[in-house]
Parts: sequence; structure tokens; C-alpha cells
Amino acid sequence: MNSSFDFDWEAAFQSIPHLLAGIPYTLLISFAGLAIGFVIGMIFGLLRLSRAPWLRWPAVAYIEIFRGTPVLVQVLFIFYGLPQILGGPIPALAAGIAAIAVNSGAYISEIVRGGVQSIERGQREAGLSLGLSRSQTFRYIIWPQGFRRMIPALGNQGIISIKDTSLFAVIGVGELVRQGQIYIATTFRALEVYLMVAILYLAITLTLSLLLRLLERKGLVGQ
Amino acid sequence: MSERTDKDGAPIVRMEKLNKHFGTLHVLKDVDLEVTPGEVVVIIGASGSGKSTLIRCINGLEEFQKGKLEVDGKRLEPHGKASKALQQIRTEVGMVFQQFNLFPHLSVRDNVTLAPRKVRGASRAEARETADRLLERVGIANQADKYPGQLSGGQQQRVALARALAMEPRLMLFDEPTSALDPEMIGEVLDAMRELAREGMTMVIVTHEMSFAREVADRVIYIHEGEIVEEGPPEAVFDNPQRERTRSFLSRVLTH
Repeated sequence: MNSSFDFDWEAAFQSIPHLLAGIPYTLLISFAGLAIGFVIGMIFGLLRLSRAPWLRWPAVAYIEIFRGTPVLVQVLFIFYGLPQILGGPIPALAAGIAAIAVNSGAYISEIVRGGVQSIERGQREAGLSLGLSRSQTFRYIIWPQGFRRMIPALGNQGIISIKDTSLFAVIGVGELVRQGQIYIATTFRALEVYLMVAILYLAITLTLSLLLRLLERKGLVGQ
Repeated sequence: MSERTDKDGAPIVRMEKLNKHFGTLHVLKDVDLEVTPGEVVVIIGASGSGKSTLIRCINGLEEFQKGKLEVDGKRLEPHGKASKALQQIRTEVGMVFQQFNLFPHLSVRDNVTLAPRKVRGASRAEARETADRLLERVGIANQADKYPGQLSGGQQQRVALARALAMEPRLMLFDEPTSALDPEMIGEVLDAMRELAREGMTMVIVTHEMSFAREVADRVIYIHEGEIVEEGPPEAVFDNPQRERTRSFLSRVLTH
């Protein structure tokens, strides 16, 4: 066994086309999951702010449960557990999207709550005193300002969720890590392939960071 | 801006034995207040006397627990029960806040057009025309495309005034409109208010600006620990206060 350092650049580069096949899955799971997660987060974040306990309580329970359990356990539960209840299999891709949705949804609920709560009381009072209804005040005054403040935290959550999709190799979704494992099984170049996998994740997350920075800069106008 | 003539002299605000508590604190005690159309009422008193709370009850930003309150002929219920009447009252009653409370994400013009468009259903063009006319009036026509954060405090407060006036209110409430301003900007805001008073707007003003109060008020109300201690024409209250509490308050605020 040769223990000296022998990084094989050729093997690294040759792995790239194979790995790229995983990127559409990684992106699909991430963005579909996050889109649904955002809708969930908006709904539960606002319910969490409700003064009525019967609205607030279910939101608290949802947030605590999905924030307090690992996303890996959640996806295993959905993929292997839920079919026993539903009586039929769930496609791995759908299970991955669902796991990202419910998991990011819990975190986004808290982001939404924090963003909305951060808007000074005077904004609401100004809206109401002009004769706007409560929902108009929310829609035109509170939400646009709150959303701007949520952007950095939402970006953070996006990056976390993208990385979380790597766990879904265990249920056989053909995403980035899974493609890497498959390729390593035939080439035994773990060092090179996992390095390339890491670089591809970094490429995705850095792109997102960059987009967010642009958005934040744009969002700052008029603040 | 409106040369509205009121058909009758019926009070626009009628408050009877109003009581408000913040928890165990009794903030307003049996307050009676009537404001007739065209009248300028100035409320003075120390910090924490309840004067801001009092005018915030008029447009339902604060709820009260006991008593009667009618604004613009519509009844406000105790305990802040949201009602149709409350929103109607708010469309007819404008308010200017100590902290301006402009909408920082909207341009100056959009701050002024938002409510007329969404509440009154004005078209974008109509609302814009009204906004530009009002901004011109308060002396900030050339800043309409800027954002509130780019304006000075005095300019922001004048935008806030234009924003409230755009709804063509029948009554304007001012909650310490100059208290958050740098001294050199107080004058421009008071000037705009003075002009509004001259045009016959009904106004209820909470302020610490005593000389302004003396000048514009038809009636001055001194409130202490949630009770109206003294009220009357400014000359009477300022020059010949009847109550010891009023005298000691005035001696403290008029010395500086």
C-alpha cells in the first residue's frame, strides 16, 4: 500500500462529468424544498405571531419538532416510515424535497417571525391611523420591510439546506454526493472525488452568497 | 387644504368619563373632552401625564376600559373591540407622530399616495396629483422621489403631515410633533401646523411648545396624572391659572 501522497489530477478531472450529473438533483431538491419551506415558513411564522393560542400553539409545536430533530432522521422517516402508513412507496426525490421543505420551513418560520417582529410598532400605527386595514397595513408596510430584513437569514438557511441535501445519498437520490460515491466505487479515488464534490458544493453556495450580497445591496436602497 | 364647511356645530370628538388603565396604572381618569369643528385644542402636561394616551384613544391606537367616546358621529367601543366604525374613524382622522413613522421603504411621494389609493380607491394619477400639491404646500415638492431616510427630521415630519392630509381628514391629531426634532427644525414644522390651523382645520395637539400653544390654541387643556386639571382659552390658562398644579407646571416649563 502506497501511503505517500499521490493526488491524481487526472482522476479528479475525469470525475467531474459524472459528478455534474448529480447537480440537477441537488439543485432541484434544494430549491423546490426551500420554495415550499418558504411558504410553510410564512404561514407558520405568522401563526406563531398570532395572539390566539389555538393558532399559535400548533405553530410552536411544528417549529420545535422539526427544528429539534435531525434532517437525516426526518428524511429516513419520510422515505422508510411514511410508506407504512400510506401503503405505498414514496419516490426518493419527493422524500428529499419534503424533508428540506419541512425542515427549512421550521427555521424559516422563526426567520419570518423575527423579521416581522423587528418592525417598529410605529409603522403599524401609522398604517392603521391612515385608515388602512390590518391586512393592508401588513401587506404594504410591515411585510415589505420585514422581508428585507429576513434576506440575510433566508440566504443562510438556503445555504444550510443545500448542504443538507448531501445527506440524501443514503436514500439513493442521485445527487452530488451519491454520484461521487458511485464513481468512487469504480475508481477507488476517494480523495480526488470528494475534493471535487466539495468544490462543486462550494461553487453552488458561493454563487448563492454572491447573489444574496447583490440583493442585499439592492434592498438597502431607501432604508 | 379643505374648505370644508360643517353643516352643524356638532362636536367631532365627544368623550365622556373616559377611563384607561395600563395594568394597575390608572392612566386616564374620568376624562371629558369635546372638540368642535374648526377648533384647535392644545393639550399640555408633564411626561407621563396621559396626554399622548388621551389623543391616541381618539383614533383607537389605545383602547379604553370605561366611558363613552364618539368621533365624527361614530361610537368607539371600550376594550378596543375592532369595529367597522374604528376604521371609518381612522380614515377621517389624521395623525402626526413624534417619531414621524414614515414608511422607509417607500419614496416620499408613495408615502403620501399609499392610503388615498388603497383606502379611498384613488387612481395613481389622482393620488399623485394630490400628493405633489400637498408636498408643495409643506415645502418639499422637490424631494418627492427621495426616500424618508434621505431627509432631515423637519422635512420628514412635514412629509408625515402631507401624508395625513392626503386623506382629507376632518380632524388632525398631533402627538408631540416637534419633540424628536433638532431645535433648528422645530420652526418649519410649527409653521406648517400654524398654516393648517389658519385654514380652519380641526386640530388636537399634544405639545411642549408653550409659545406655539398660546398662539394657535382656541383652548388649552392641562392634564396631570390622567386628569384634566384646568382648561380654557390660552390667555386664561397661561396668564391666570386657577389651580395650584397648573401654576407649578407652568412655572417649570415657562422658565426655559
